[in-house]
Amino acid sequence: MKQHPFEQRRTAGWQAFAAALDRLERRKGDKTAAPLPVAEFPAAYRQLCQQLAIARVRRYSGPLLDRLNQLALRAYQQLYRAPRRRGRAVLHFLVADFPRRVRADARLFWLCAALFYLPLLGMGWAVHQAPELIHSLLPPEMVAEIESHYAPGQGEVNRDAADDLAMFGYYVHNNIGIGFRTFAGGLLLGVGAAFVLVLNGLLIGAISGYLTARGTIETFYTFVAGHGAFELTGIVLAGVAGLKLGWAVAAPGRSSRTEALRRAAAEGVRLIVGVAVLLVLAAFIEAFWSSNRAIPAAIKYAVGAAGWLLVVFYLSRAGRRAP
Amino acid sequence: MSNLAPLDTIRHVETPEGITLSLRVAGPVARALAWGVDSLIKYGVLWGLLMVLMLLGGAGLGLWLVALFLTEWFYPVLFEVYADGATPGKKVFGLQVVHANGTSVDWPAALIRNLLRAVDFLPAFHGFGVVAMLVSRDFQRLGDLAAGTMVIHRQPPAPSPALPPGLALPPPWPLTPTEQQWLIGFAERGPTLNPERQAELAELLAGLTGGLRGIVAVERLRAYARWLLGEQP
Repeated sequence: MKQHPFEQRRTAGWQAFAAALDRLERRKGDKTAAPLPVAEFPAAYRQLCQQLAIARVRRYSGPLLDRLNQLALRAYQQLYRAPRRRGRAVLHFLVADFPRRVRADARLFWLCAALFYLPLLGMGWAVHQAPELIHSLLPPEMVAEIESHYAPGQGEVNRDAADDLAMFGYYVHNNIGIGFRTFAGGLLLGVGAAFVLVLNGLLIGAISGYLTARGTIETFYTFVAGHGAFELTGIVLAGVAGLKLGWAVAAPGRSSRTEALRRAAAEGVRLIVGVAVLLVLAAFIEAFWSSNRAIPAAIKYAVGAAGWLLVVFYLSRAGRRAP
Repeated sequence: MSNLAPLDTIRHVETPEGITLSLRVAGPVARALAWGVDSLIKYGVLWGLLMVLMLLGGAGLGLWLVALFLTEWFYPVLFEVYADGATPGKKVFGLQVVHANGTSVDWPAALIRNLLRAVDFLPAFHGFGVVAMLVSRDFQRLGDLAAGTMVIHRQPPAPSPALPPGLALPPPWPLTPTEQQWLIGFAERGPTLNPERQAELAELLAGLTGGLRGIVAVERLRAYARWLLGEQP
């Protein structure tokens, strides 16, 4: 059969098919053709595939092939799209899948924990012994600002709910942004992620050691106690997600580098979603609980300890039993 | 000649129905333009939001920072998952993000390619991303490589105008399918060339046109093409 009769005989069918596609894609299309019923869509798609194959074998002209190819591609994308995530899947991720994934990467987790906590403890001890060491990391204005921020009796008077909300926005934007960049930075052979872990360990250690040496113990530790468990664990886990990428690129094993990277990214992205949840929680506690100095120190420490217990129990126990 | 793969940016994916679909991969320029449009939209909306939320003082600042965070990281993710793989900027330029097998992107892939944008952006002006695009086969930046995605042109190029009606003649001898395709291609795409060039090309086929010259030779080839397309003589 020649091209023009072939086209004329099928044009109406193609128009109905295109109208059905417009409707599935929720876009405004040609309103003149009546769309095909959805139940007939798969059969019509297979028919179109056959017509495209015939048109190719018969060497019909380019514009017709382009048109059929485009219709088939759109239908293919509609038919083989991934199912939308449901609420159940999200819940399952939080109560079981995420902690399982963390445990599956236990060795990487301990490596990242070491990269973070060893500089933290070392720097904390060093600055506690010799407080002037903090100036090797932070400019003097910043040290002064940190010191005045945690000075006893400060800040209680002028802080209100609006300030809490402003700080919440700041923590979300800043901390989760750092978490995401740590993941991405891992792609540079892991260097970016390791750098963030070590640097943050050094900074947090230096500030803690300095404030401890200066005697502003209660205002500082009551502030960090509440959100510490979630935030520090979040940073370490962002490092895990990042190092997975770096490891896949550096040592892909028996797969190609791209293939290893794709697999590591698919696992890493699920970790980073969990990290984002942990860091939102941390930002919420930091903005609305930690900053409240009216709460007695004993309660703050108790809540902080409970947070650590919860995180340790969640990451080590949750999702052990089959659903 | 026909054994050589054509030098172009078309990728083929095989579907479960046993046909191959052609995807036209999009290069760095179209994607950079789309990114520019997206940036204008994002920062325009954020600026407008800032003007409104500033009226609320500290609370407004907090809300704006949350909006800034969501826009920076999730604007492309949400559009790519829920709007057929296209942010508004990509839609303007007819681009679409798809998996390597041609299907629409899902949540994990969209998240990976957009979180890793933070690395593609380095050291400045998407430097790593552009280099990765130029050395990878399908113009994939690092985020695309990790997510297994690519960006394609959604629409094929505008079809050339239909052959003007006229005489239809059978060719003097049977032509192979490939020869038929070339002849129809010449007739359909002729109007994009100037008349002199059309005549020059048509005169090369002296055997087929019986040695006709100039516009007459072009018309004769068009007549063959009409016949091959199925018009009655």
